[in-house]
Amino acid sequence: MLEAMPHRAAIWNFVFGRLTYHSFPFLNPDTEGRILLVTFFVVFIVGLAILGAVTRARKWGYLWREWFTSVDHKKLGIMYMILGTVMLLRGFSDAIMMRAQQAYAFGPHMGYLPPDHYDQIFSAHGSIMIFFVGMTYIVGLMNYVMPLQIGSRDVAFPFLNNLSFWFTFGGAIMFMVSLFLGDFSMAGWLGYPPVSELQQGPGVDYYIWGLQLSGVGTLLTGINFVVTILKMRAPGMTLMKMPVFTWTTLCTSGLIIAIFPVLTATLFLLALDRYVGTHFFTAGFGGNLMMYINLIWVWGHPEVYVLILPLFGVYSEIVPTFSGKPLFAYSSMVYATVAIMILSYLVWLHHFFTMGSGADVNSFFSLTTMMISIPTGVKIFNWLFTMYRGRVRFTVPMLWTMGFLFTFTIGGMTGVMLSVAPADFLLHNSLFLVAHFHNVIIGGVVFGVFAGVNYWFPKAFGFKLDEFWGKATFWFWLVGFWVAFGPLYILGLMGVTRRLSHFDDPSLQIWFVIAAVGAFLIALGILSFIIQIYVSIRRRREYAVGHDPWDGRTLEWSTSSPPPDYNYAFIPIVHARDAWADMKAHGYERPREGFNAIHMPKNTASGVLIGALAFGCAFGLVWYIWWLAVASLVGVIAVAIAHTFNYHRDYHIPEDEVRQSERSGNWQQAQGANA
Amino acid sequence: MLVKRLRGLLLLPLLLLGGCNLVLLDPSGDVARQQSDIMITTTIIIAIIIVPVLIAIAIVAWRYRASNKRAKYDPEWDHSPQLELLVWSGPLLIIIAVGAISWIGTHVVDPYRSLDRIAPGQPVPADTKPLDVEVVSLRWKWLFLYPQYGIATVNELAAPVDRPIRFKLTSDAMMDSFFVPALAGQIYTMPGMQTVLHGVINKPGEYRGFSANFSGSGFTDMRFKFYGMDKADFDHWVAKVRAAGGDLDLAAYDKLRQPTRAAPVQYFAKFDADLYRRTLNLCIDPGKECKSQMMAADAGHGAAAHAMQDHAGGDSMAMGPDAPQPAAAPAAATH
Repeated sequence: MLEAMPHRAAIWNFVFGRLTYHSFPFLNPDTEGRILLVTFFVVFIVGLAILGAVTRARKWGYLWREWFTSVDHKKLGIMYMILGTVMLLRGFSDAIMMRAQQAYAFGPHMGYLPPDHYDQIFSAHGSIMIFFVGMTYIVGLMNYVMPLQIGSRDVAFPFLNNLSFWFTFGGAIMFMVSLFLGDFSMAGWLGYPPVSELQQGPGVDYYIWGLQLSGVGTLLTGINFVVTILKMRAPGMTLMKMPVFTWTTLCTSGLIIAIFPVLTATLFLLALDRYVGTHFFTAGFGGNLMMYINLIWVWGHPEVYVLILPLFGVYSEIVPTFSGKPLFAYSSMVYATVAIMILSYLVWLHHFFTMGSGADVNSFFSLTTMMISIPTGVKIFNWLFTMYRGRVRFTVPMLWTMGFLFTFTIGGMTGVMLSVAPADFLLHNSLFLVAHFHNVIIGGVVFGVFAGVNYWFPKAFGFKLDEFWGKATFWFWLVGFWVAFGPLYILGLMGVTRRLSHFDDPSLQIWFVIAAVGAFLIALGILSFIIQIYVSIRRRREYAVGHDPWDGRTLEWSTSSPPPDYNYAFIPIVHARDAWADMKAHGYERPREGFNAIHMPKNTASGVLIGALAFGCAFGLVWYIWWLAVASLVGVIAVAIAHTFNYHRDYHIPEDEVRQSERSGNWQQAQGANA
Repeated sequence: MLVKRLRGLLLLPLLLLGGCNLVLLDPSGDVARQQSDIMITTTIIIAIIIVPVLIAIAIVAWRYRASNKRAKYDPEWDHSPQLELLVWSGPLLIIIAVGAISWIGTHVVDPYRSLDRIAPGQPVPADTKPLDVEVVSLRWKWLFLYPQYGIATVNELAAPVDRPIRFKLTSDAMMDSFFVPALAGQIYTMPGMQTVLHGVINKPGEYRGFSANFSGSGFTDMRFKFYGMDKADFDHWVAKVRAAGGDLDLAAYDKLRQPTRAAPVQYFAKFDADLYRRTLNLCIDPGKECKSQMMAADAGHGAAAHAMQDHAGGDSMAMGPDAPQPAAAPAAATH
């Protein structure tokens, strides 16, 4: 049910809902308030500096025209990657605060975080890392690369793509606002009841509406990508000639379409419980909290495969490229991907074997879980045999891939241990579990994102990333990961469980201190990554490359770096897998004349507008500012309808301009200059 | 047994880590030990494939590095039916083995299953009755009721060694997970639902117990000591609890269930006989209708509702997991 409104004149409650002066936690005079105050100032000053710099450079118009309103999948992809990196910094700050608390809070020392604050931090860390780092990064990569790989000029629904981004962005802003206005959920990254039902204040509501926004964005992206892949492939590119990254994008998008409605519905039911007093997930009155836990994992387990599948695709592009030969057993790889996609729907109960569901149910879910390791194992073997009899170049993307192969395989092994139901009764909720899922998510998803960024960056910007800082990033992350999570495996076997903000047993402390050192090494890894980007931009002339710097095998390497707005002046015709390698082998010559005008979608402000209004609606709902929620919702619908009356949504790039940009584009010759 | 020797093998490198107490690899209760054995056995089986693969990745990557021009380069080679058969069947075989162990193990150490042994090769003696303990997780402490002894404790649990323990568990408001790593694997405690756990402790000693599932701000301190005692010590302990006096009637319980952090150990010489049933049926507040009554009424057996209300077994409908009930459950449970 709705909580009581503040005691004050009704007009203020109408205008501001339950928002009061006390909703600003950084104004509290306690430690927590002071930490937040400092954070607030840092964010405020950095934010002001960025806004000031943009204003001084008079770039607002440029940003608005060329980026915010852009429907170009490449620009949206880059915007997703920037958003993901910003959110990584936020999510990682939470991580380092947790590691510091656990390394210090022993015996008489209670640490610097009271439980209520600590609980918000681990909840925010998990949800931010999954929804706004992992998801944002993979959607960014898929957005940038997939249309290029299938020889398309954009996605099927370019405006929808822009709208998806602004929904995701709105969700991310909700999470960021919760830091300085009100509080955040203490119910963990999945918002389990009864904690999420009973917590007072706006925290859980931020969680619900933030995820609802980004969830809608993700669902629209999934639909967009499936249609794009099924309908917009270059002539000749049959399904079994698609690059593996495109295959994994297809499977991930299929998963998204199937599961994100479940998330939306589940969070909506939770919202009904909290707002209008229904009893879907309460104890008693016919409600059942285990129903929430089942539903959220029906979404949540496939979700982790949504995250990892595209990165399996990234590795499947990188290993062949840097081994100088085609992927071993392409069909096996495709079938393995599809098998993982299907099996991932059938395993959700392994997240709560210990609810007491009985031996037959547990055995079933134990077996389906283990079965996933078969196609995953096949993939590992396929990458291994791709390197076999190859010429392996250990570039930065390949280093990440090697780090992945070692780290992820061990994470897979601990995963099979957890899937054995009797063993899970001991390991469930332990730090062993925490170490396991970080092992596969960092070792699989994060390493894959860094591999992908290093691999495709030259395509997106026309120059390579700095190799020294790239290697530094890799080694800090790899070593940092094992130093941070090795101790957690050991602590788990010592029977230490998760989400504790204080410990009694002093013999455990050393392991938490080591883990904190590991987190610090990872911080250096993140810092190196930022330095890498900075240094590379400074030396962009020196690092400039042509359209095919890695001797790539797929179509995206056949167009200039960065690709023109229209991607391809002529839609390529595909005759084989690894279409670009095939074209090179047959002495392909780039056409230099005979260009035509190209039909392209126009930019639109509707996405930004709808995103902003949807954010207003969510914000109004969190703070009980009903007029804002209703007005924004009406606004969303009005803009969406108005947008359908916009008949000037496309234009032609004139033939001259195409010729001009094909001539001036960054092609092979630049590589010579570099070498 | 083979596992025993392998356990040593696995423990060896870990012991080098400084002799820390890896309780999950060396628990003191037979149920936890069986679970631990399963964990170790499956780990070793998976390692049969994982370790060679890791070595192969290192060797292949190094041997076929670009600078090694002596290694064979075959830029066309991208499939081999024999190898593909191997890469699918290898993991498949391993998973068949691990899956069989998991299937059998899940049934053998099912928390609902009454114990048939107290240690390897030691069946439960015919005259031994299991120790019944009713567990209620409160915000944020543990309440243990001993119906056979009429005593109750908060944040302290004791049991005689080598005597099977039968826990029935529920929760007052939050969802917790009852976990004594040395004794047996954990099980959730959920409001309005009952779970069951069987275990036995084989060595006297003091063990850690706690909630393994996050349940709100006092969760961190939701810990208790579990004592394994020989029979005489256990009788002493029971007498000590009795001597401490105190009556956990519904009024005292209502006070106890208010949220507190780091609650001290408390002893009660007696407790209200209806306490556990009413907690489980969410009718601890006076005047609130019990879940079992509601469900019986809903089912259209208005007259039967009263009859069932008195039977703990009647609650099993409200419990969710309706797995094999121990012998104590009254006949009404089958309805």
